[in-house]
Amino acid sequence: MRQAFFIFKREFLTYFVSPIAYIVISFFLLVTGWFFFTTFFLYNQASLRNFFSLLPIIFSFVVPAITMRLFSEEFNVGSYETLLTMPVTFLDVVLGKFLASVAFIVAMLIPTLAYPLTVGFLGQLDWGPVAGGYTGAILLGAAFSAIGLLASSMTRNQIIAFITGMAICFCLVLIDKMLFFLPRFSLVFFQYLGADHHFQNISKGIIDSRDILYFLSISFIGLYGTHLVLQEKN
Amino acid sequence: MIHVESLTKYYNDLCAVDQISFDISKGEIMGLLGPNGAGKTTTLQILTGFLRPTAGNIRVKDYSIDEDSLQIKNLLGYLPESAPLYHDMLVYDYLDYVANLRGIDSSNKISRIRHLSDLCGIREVMHKTINELSKGFKQRVGLAHAMMDDPEILVLDEPTSGLDPNQIIEIRDIIRQIGKEKTVILSTHILSEAEATCDRIVIINKGKIVANDSTQTLKQSAGGNNLINISLQNAELESVKQQLTSISGISDILQVSDDNGILNLKLTCMSSDDIRGDIYKKVRQTDWILLEMHQETQTLENIFRELTREN
Repeated sequence: MRQAFFIFKREFLTYFVSPIAYIVISFFLLVTGWFFFTTFFLYNQASLRNFFSLLPIIFSFVVPAITMRLFSEEFNVGSYETLLTMPVTFLDVVLGKFLASVAFIVAMLIPTLAYPLTVGFLGQLDWGPVAGGYTGAILLGAAFSAIGLLASSMTRNQIIAFITGMAICFCLVLIDKMLFFLPRFSLVFFQYLGADHHFQNISKGIIDSRDILYFLSISFIGLYGTHLVLQEKN
Repeated sequence: MIHVESLTKYYNDLCAVDQISFDISKGEIMGLLGPNGAGKTTTLQILTGFLRPTAGNIRVKDYSIDEDSLQIKNLLGYLPESAPLYHDMLVYDYLDYVANLRGIDSSNKISRIRHLSDLCGIREVMHKTINELSKGFKQRVGLAHAMMDDPEILVLDEPTSGLDPNQIIEIRDIIRQIGKEKTVILSTHILSEAEATCDRIVIINKGKIVANDSTQTLKQSAGGNNLINISLQNAELESVKQQLTSISGISDILQVSDDNGILNLKLTCMSSDDIRGDIYKKVRQTDWILLEMHQETQTLENIFRELTREN
């Protein structure tokens, strides 16, 4: 487990050495800031509902951009070989990289705390849903990171990793918007599968074990899949 | 120390390594030779636990690669071909990271990194990022990486590929220095390198072992027949043939060329005795002018070509 920590540390710091981190963070802040504040004064409500309702769709292309390099780059450069011949297990590698991505998402969310602070300054902000929203954002980020990691572990091409990861995340977000195309008996199942549905529950301030379980299972499936892919690779 | 037992590796349908078995004892420098695509890198990758064998087993000390690959990884230091390192890290940060992963505690870390940077001559590039480095320096950083926790076994995959002659000599010196205490396995397709650094050579071709012997025996076994090249002026081929065949040991005389009255001959001699003295004495009795004479022993190169020839 010590090894996982060192891998985490290296991956996390590497984000901030390359310009990717800053590009992704500024892009994320620009998009969320723009969509949130253009309508904020029209609604004339002191809530972050709008910000959080956008988050799943924005995360579904920002998070795969964060995770795309984690394995693909290593395969491409060949450093994966040097990494694996050191005394590390697959679990260390997967966990280290996953945690680095989650930590990066947290770092990316920190500047957005300026929104609740501003809104709280302007009006009466209910802090419950805000806390719920941020918890949900981290859970959502973790689930999408695991999916992105799986996509990255399957190819040595970062662009393919990005597009695959984005496609899966997009489907998870949009699936409960497409429900009326689907047969009636399967509605509950597909609604349960939708990431947006669970995220919106949490961001209302309702922390339900089903929603938390959903995000944790998605993370687990993604990480377990990555572990299997790595094992099969050799 | 290392015991490789009928190791086989298939990539889908392609058989990269076919039933390879060999042993390596402690303190030996072993060279793995073979043409491109012979399976050298695959063998090393299995040995270092990066690839899993399709069949067969490797035992390092008492550990088996199937079950205790983590323990084996702890004993091994590995430099992959062309030293793939994280190219956006500083050399110091990278070595620090490797030291952490290798479980070196923080009190010894600095002194270990300092020692290695001196040994590998990378002191002046410690503050540069890896992608700024030239190939030779990258290779040295890779070497420092491989030696980080002072492993008992060092596995080097083409450690001198792409280096300039000075760097090759430097890297070889480092390898020889390490090889005094450690077991070293290196793969190469440069024969002079294997000859210069290795105690023992395993030649593989198309995934199979074709030779496995010490450098000395391998050269001797290639045939006792030495070749002697001589150049004579003022001599007739026929009379030379007549005179020289009387020397015992010469089995064949071949005219290589005849330019401007200089006769170049290649003499094949069966015995391993040195007959150059006899030839000289023979020449002195006549009025030929001896311009050149040198003996050619069967080099590793000939052996290699013979063993790995396509047929």
